[in-house]
Amino acid sequence: MNKVNDILNVLIIDDEEGMCMGASRALSSTTVFIDDLKIMVGFSSKAVHSYAEYKKDIMDKKYDLILLDYKLPDGSGLDILQEVNEHSKETLVIMMTAYATFETAVQATKLGAYDFLAKPFTPEELRNSVRKAATRFVLAKRAKSFEEEKRKIRFEFISVLSHELKSPINAIDGYLKLLKEGSITAESENYQMVIERSLIRLEGMRKLIFDLLDMTRIESGQKTRHIKSINLIAILNMLIEQNRYEAQQNGITINLFSKEELSMDADQSEIEIILNNLINNAIKYNKPSGTVDITVIDKQNQVEIQVKDSGIGLSRDEQDKLFNDFVRIKNPETIHIQGSGLGLSTIKKITALYEGSINVTSQKGIGSTFQVTLKKYLNDTICPKIVT
Amino acid sequence: MSKIKKNILLVDDDVDYLFQKKLELEKEGFQVFTAHSIKPARKILEEMSIDLAIVDLMMQEKDDGFVLSYQIKSNWPKTPVIMVTGVTAQTGLEFDTITENEKKWIKADTIFTKPVRSEQLVREIRRLLAHE
Repeated sequence: MNKVNDILNVLIIDDEEGMCMGASRALSSTTVFIDDLKIMVGFSSKAVHSYAEYKKDIMDKKYDLILLDYKLPDGSGLDILQEVNEHSKETLVIMMTAYATFETAVQATKLGAYDFLAKPFTPEELRNSVRKAATRFVLAKRAKSFEEEKRKIRFEFISVLSHELKSPINAIDGYLKLLKEGSITAESENYQMVIERSLIRLEGMRKLIFDLLDMTRIESGQKTRHIKSINLIAILNMLIEQNRYEAQQNGITINLFSKEELSMDADQSEIEIILNNLINNAIKYNKPSGTVDITVIDKQNQVEIQVKDSGIGLSRDEQDKLFNDFVRIKNPETIHIQGSGLGLSTIKKITALYEGSINVTSQKGIGSTFQVTLKKYLNDTICPKIVT
Repeated sequence: MSKIKKNILLVDDDVDYLFQKKLELEKEGFQVFTAHSIKPARKILEEMSIDLAIVDLMMQEKDDGFVLSYQIKSNWPKTPVIMVTGVTAQTGLEFDTITENEKKWIKADTIFTKPVRSEQLVREIRRLLAHE
C-alpha cells in the first residue's frame, strides 16, 4: 500500500454502538488517492453517542468529516448539522438515517449536509461517500491555502512598493518645505545640492514606475509578444549609444566584442529590457573612469551575452539575493545610487521566456560579470508560462 | 536646560532624510552627527559624547537598527535611543504593529513610525534629555 500523506479526522455520531464500530472499522482500512495533488489520504476516527457527548467532545477538537445520525437520543442530528455549518464551515457532514425519506434528504442538504446515506448501507457505500467527501475537503483546503498565500505575496509586494514610492516623495517633500520656509535659499551653499537631490529622487521614482510596468507586462503575459527575427548586435549598439552620455559623465568606457550581426527570434522590447538594464547597472555600479565590456558569444542554438564591469562588486551574500523583487544592495558604495530593485528580477523572468538563464560572478571591489543565456530559436510558438 | 548644545546622533540609510533632519534639529539648537550605517555610527559614538541617538530600524540589513540600539544600550546605557521605523524593503514587514512583548525586547526608549512630525520628534528628544 502506498504511504499515507495526510490523515483526516472523522467524528462518528450515532447512538448505535454497532454502527459506530462498523464505520470505524471500515474507515481504518480506507485510503483515498487525490489524483490532482498526488497525495494519499487516510482516516482516523472517533465515535460519540449523543448530542451531549458531542457538545463535550467538540469543545477542544475540530473534525474534518462528520458522519452524523439523523436521530439521536437527546436531540436531532439536524441541530448538530446547523451548528457545524455555522461554526466550522470547512467540516463536511455526511448524514446517515434509517428513516430515509426524500423530505429528510432535502432538508439535510438544505442545511448543508455534503452527502446522505440511507441505513442500512454496506461498508463499500460508506467508503465511497467518505472518499468523495475527503477529496472535496482536501482540495478545498488546498485551494484556500493557495489563495491565502497569493494574498500574502500580493500584500507584501504592495507594502514594499508603497515604501519604495514613499521614500522619494518624503525626500522631495522635505526639500520643497525647506525651500518654502526659507531654511534654504538661492544664496545657501546647499541650494544646488537640494535641487539636484530632488531631481535625482524624482528620476528614481520614474525609473521605478517604468520598471514596474515592464515587470507587470512580463508577468501578466497579457500583451502580445511580437516574436520576429531581430539583429541582437544592432539593438546592443543602439542601447550603448543611449547610455553613452551617462557613461561619459563618469569617464566610463563601453566596449563591445562581437561579430557584426547576430540574428535570433525574439520580442525586441523584451531584449531591450534585458540589455538596457545590464548596461545601465554596469555604468551605475562602476567606478569613475571604469570600463564596461560587453561580449556576445554565438553558440549553436543559444546566444550568450556577458556584461562585465570594473565596479564595486558583490559579496557572496549579496549575489545570492540579487535576483529577487525589490532587492537593492545597500552599502556605503550604493547609498547614492538610485535603483528600483526590479531590474534584475525582471531580467530573470524574461530569460525564462527564452529558456535561458542569468548568472553573476563577482569579486568585491573588483567588478561583476553578468551572463545572460538565451535560446535563439524557440521550437514552440506557445508562450511558456512563467513560474514566479 | 544647559547652555551647551546637546549632541545627537542620527542614523538612517536615506541620505536625504539625514540631511533634512539634521537641518531641522540644528535649527532647534542641537549639534547633530549623521551616519548611514552601523560602522560610522559606532565610530561617532566612540569619539563623541553623544547625548541621544535616533536610529532608523532598516539599514543595510533588516536588523541593523535593532543591533545598533542594542549596542548603544549595552555600551552607553544612559544614552536615550529613539527608534524610527518604516516598512522594511526586503521583508515587507509592517512595524506599526510592534507588540508590547517586542517592545520589551527592543532596546529603545521610544519607537516612532515614519514619517515622524518634527514637533513630535523634538518634543520627545527634549523629554528624554530632561530625564537624563
